[in-house]
Amino acid sequence: MSQISGQELNRNRVVDWALMVYIVLAYAFVFAPIAASFVFSFNSDRFPSIPLGDFSLEWYRAVAADPLVWQGLTNTLVIGVVVGVVSTALGFGAAYTDYRYKFMGKQVYLALALLPPTIPVIILGLAMLAYLSRIDLSGRAISVIISHVVVCAPFAMAIIRLRLSQMDPALEPAAWNLGASEWATMRHVIIPFTKPAIFGALFITMAVSFDEFAVAWFVSGLNETLPVKVLGFLQGQVSPRINAIGTFVFVTSMTLVILAQILLSGRTAAPRSSTVDKE
Amino acid sequence: MQRHVSLYGLTFSLPLLIWQLLFFVFPLAFLVALSFWTVKNFAMRPDFDTVNWVTMFSRPVFWQAYGTTFALAGGAALLTSVLAFPCSYAIAFKLSDTARRWAVFLMVIPFFTSYLVRVYSWQIFLSDNGIFNVMLGWIGLGPFGMLNTVGATMVGYLTLSFPLVVLLQLFSLVFIDRTLIEAAHNMRCGRLRTVFEVVIPSARVGLTIAALFCFILTFGDFVSPVYLGGGDPTTLSILITDTTKSGQQWPRAAVIALTMIATLLVVAFLAVRFAYKGRSK
Repeated sequence: MSQISGQELNRNRVVDWALMVYIVLAYAFVFAPIAASFVFSFNSDRFPSIPLGDFSLEWYRAVAADPLVWQGLTNTLVIGVVVGVVSTALGFGAAYTDYRYKFMGKQVYLALALLPPTIPVIILGLAMLAYLSRIDLSGRAISVIISHVVVCAPFAMAIIRLRLSQMDPALEPAAWNLGASEWATMRHVIIPFTKPAIFGALFITMAVSFDEFAVAWFVSGLNETLPVKVLGFLQGQVSPRINAIGTFVFVTSMTLVILAQILLSGRTAAPRSSTVDKE
Repeated sequence: MQRHVSLYGLTFSLPLLIWQLLFFVFPLAFLVALSFWTVKNFAMRPDFDTVNWVTMFSRPVFWQAYGTTFALAGGAALLTSVLAFPCSYAIAFKLSDTARRWAVFLMVIPFFTSYLVRVYSWQIFLSDNGIFNVMLGWIGLGPFGMLNTVGATMVGYLTLSFPLVVLLQLFSLVFIDRTLIEAAHNMRCGRLRTVFEVVIPSARVGLTIAALFCFILTFGDFVSPVYLGGGDPTTLSILITDTTKSGQQWPRAAVIALTMIATLLVVAFLAVRFAYKGRSK
């Protein structure tokens, strides 16, 4: 018996080793394009390849000297912030509705609240373009904001709903019993409890809007966002400027995501939530 | 849980409902109406004419693109699932808790990098003088024309969906009852056989849903087929962008879009039914 288990252990080691190698290869595949974009953004060659050319900041300089890039960046930032705030507000409302109420047609309500990200962006882009130009809202920053909120609100809702499910369901009725109105309970109990998720949702939806290019490409008209600008670079003569923009956007998005992560991991969480986590 | 409608409750539930009705349901419904409009002298006119449907459906180009897109998305779903599985399996069963948390965190990062930038990056790897061909040159091979091929499109599809598929597979694998696997081992069920007869059936829901998401993502993607596949063969997404961006043929683009939605609904329905088949006992 011990001999068999010894053999199994041996075989185990080979299999484990092979699987570890596989994991490393898989992550190499996932991170190769990200790393290459970072490395080549500092490389002088116009047609990037190996061996590497000289270290150079010329692509960053070229990007910084392009007024259209600055305009795109401004658009992206303004749109991202508005989308983040609106999506989080709408998402919060939907999450709270799902948490607290039962009503007829709730399934439909939830489907509306969660479905939009599963529709291919190209179809959503076309539908938005056709519809918004019909009601005279296309080709402006507001068009991108409207469309991005449709896609982003479900993410905000999911994040905040998750946090609400960690809350003791007796907490809210307890506040009512102590004489607090529904509004006061919302302000002093629910919102403080969900605060980390609210900020998490804010940053995540901002990051999603920051990277979205397809719907924005359809509806933005001349108010191009930065990702639409990148799409333009891809369509035109290929240029390592994409790498410079990509690296900048990556750093910005990651900052938002890590902020969200720190908030969501719940350093500010009430002790109650940690007991819920353990269950 | 309270029953009656209050101002308080509506303040929270209505905004999202109104927003999604106005800017999600209505646009999609408008797409249906638009597909029956007519185009005269480069101007669209409200109408109820099936001409767009007839025109598109009688074009061999459309059906070719349809077949291509379906085959590519199906192939991508299969390939990504197969390639992702050993990775998710290893993360789920071979890593410590800490390492697994790091693995998940790292797999989330790609979602917050620009897909466009990553596709451009693959061009650097795959082009004729790109990184792969230079490396192959060192051992006296090549150069191979790797860019603008179906293989390159697949690389793009994998870039798009691999992280999501790994995460979804992982999510179902970590919830498998480990005693089932131990039981299989105790009964001298071989390692590989355990994977195929215990692990995969137990995780069927998650694995199917992962493949379904991969199908949905790649079915509608236009970036990889254009910038890695060179736009040839034409996919439905390329057809939509071409039809929309050049000229006023939005009604025809609407026909393509609606056909895609119908296809996705059917595929999603079949996938979900397969996933939960015989599970209700």
